[in-house]
Amino acid sequence: MKKTIEEINRKITEGSVCVVTAEEMKEIVEELGVERAAKEVDVVTTGTFGAMCSSGVFMNFGHSDPPIKMQRVWLNDVEAYTGIAAVDAYLGVTQLSESRGMEYGGAHVIEDLVRGKDVELRAISYGTDCYPRKKIVTEIALEDLNQAVMVNPRNAYQRYKAATNSSDRILRTYMGTLLPNYGNVTFAGCGEISPLNNDPEYRTIGVGTRIFLCGAKGYVIGEGTQHAPPFGTLMVKGNLKEMKPEFMKAIVMPGYGVTMMLGIGIPIPILDEEMAKATAIRDEQIITEIIDFGVPKRDRPVVKRISYAELKSGRVEINGEEVRVSPLSSYYMARKVMEELKKMIERGEFFLTMPVERIPTSGVLKPMRQREVKLVKSVMTKAVTISPETSVVEASKIIIEKNVNHLPVVDEKGVLIGIVTSWDIAKAVATGRIGKVAEVMTRKVITAMPDEPIESAARKMEKFNISALPVVDSRRRVLGMVTSEDLSRLLAR
Amino acid sequence: MLLLLKFDSKTIRKPIISKATLETNALINILRANVGARKGEMVVEVDDSKARDVEEVFRRFGVEVVELREGIVKDEGRCVHCGLCTSICPVEVFEFDENWRVVVREERCVHCGVCIGVCPCNALSLPVNSINKDLKFHTI
Repeated sequence: MKKTIEEINRKITEGSVCVVTAEEMKEIVEELGVERAAKEVDVVTTGTFGAMCSSGVFMNFGHSDPPIKMQRVWLNDVEAYTGIAAVDAYLGVTQLSESRGMEYGGAHVIEDLVRGKDVELRAISYGTDCYPRKKIVTEIALEDLNQAVMVNPRNAYQRYKAATNSSDRILRTYMGTLLPNYGNVTFAGCGEISPLNNDPEYRTIGVGTRIFLCGAKGYVIGEGTQHAPPFGTLMVKGNLKEMKPEFMKAIVMPGYGVTMMLGIGIPIPILDEEMAKATAIRDEQIITEIIDFGVPKRDRPVVKRISYAELKSGRVEINGEEVRVSPLSSYYMARKVMEELKKMIERGEFFLTMPVERIPTSGVLKPMRQREVKLVKSVMTKAVTISPETSVVEASKIIIEKNVNHLPVVDEKGVLIGIVTSWDIAKAVATGRIGKVAEVMTRKVITAMPDEPIESAARKMEKFNISALPVVDSRRRVLGMVTSEDLSRLLAR
Repeated sequence: MLLLLKFDSKTIRKPIISKATLETNALINILRANVGARKGEMVVEVDDSKARDVEEVFRRFGVEVVELREGIVKDEGRCVHCGLCTSICPVEVFEFDENWRVVVREERCVHCGVCIGVCPCNALSLPVNSINKDLKFHTI
């Protein structure tokens, strides 16, 4: 039993098409079996609603009088890329406002435009014979633009790594706020209802597939950037002028920045039993990994392999302890997307297309080719350590003799238990506390690991306003010191 | 019932929680505590039936007592029900209902405010008239 897209579209015209959501399809296949499900169901609607940073809008503003060749352009003080023709620009969702910083960005401008609000356009130029104007400030609304086309290089991730944090500090990431000591887990993606998981061979989702993009009809224009099945991605486009504000949401990930949540729905034609089987996929079969953001490197360690079913349960076990799990995507909104797309097809407003070209079913995500990755161990210097029994007076002598500012305090096994700085010693003397260093040392020491990139060590010093970090091994034995002077010599080039 | 207790320099060093337990036989569950040298704050949970008696003891010993009746406020117009808050709240105020909507179990809220700085939609705030806005607890 095979069906064609033409047959399905004819049924849509006649009003006899059978459309179900991806959620309903799982039940149907379980109840009727693959064979009957393939016969009865014509279309399965899938959906996702989550933060998709690699998104933005191409705009054409029309020409001013006299005309300007925009060299730089800002919309509500958010810069758009205009290194293309005179009045074309691309506004990315994560671009931040120059005056308001992290509270307002490209995503907010796009949402404001879709909501019908006026946006301030400011542009500058060098002036040419054909484009004499050098500056313009005006107000524009979506209806004033000739074109406003959302073109997103990477959307609708098939699945995504989940995040946790082994470090003893709170982390503000693009995966949300991660509590210290494996305090929580966050994950993105909608699992069994997400488009690409329902067509893992990419038979019906490819170049030219018509999709639901933020309430408008859009199209897949290719595989997305970083497409690496089963972590597949899509590049998509759609007309911003037809989009609905309820299917998009500008958000601010605290401490990270601005991004945009988008609603994407893709109809999967049930051409044969194989497609019926594919759309029956369950969260239990969709596997990802929880990775540790506490390690500030590109290749973060895997804490655990895990299914979307376990993640969606809201609790997972890490090192024998129960840890709570938060999604980053909204299932509530993803369901709305599936339901809306289903209605559009049933009402005869949305027809299906077959891809004009398939997207790759394999691919790898390569790391950046770098000149070199400098690690802490290559810049660290010898540490001058002392025991907690050392007197403050003795410590002051060591500081002068060895010409250092930081003395890590270690126990008899060389394990770090504290640190004293020349400032701590001066303060101890000034306040008359001239006993043992154990009484005046800082016990909570911020440290670096030898294989950590130097940028990460620099970030820690900046964040905690300190000038040196003891370098320790996995058992917190002191291996050396890395100081801000060492790093500034390397980084300030 | 959740109670916010404010201790001053006279009351901070005294074992008043224990005294309240001994006098009223009530179980007092300390949910948050910030004890300083000269003042302190605590949020405690007491069974509703014993709340009056316990409050009376605290007040008699000079502790200021505020009943925490309102919890965190969620702006439904802003929330997209992602649920990022669900794993952050220390007392699990936020839960999904059967339709994957984030619901607020207000009565559990201890006014720590941690969720406010976590929500990507800026949808959470403490009640407008909350005396607890000046809570000095460390976040997380």
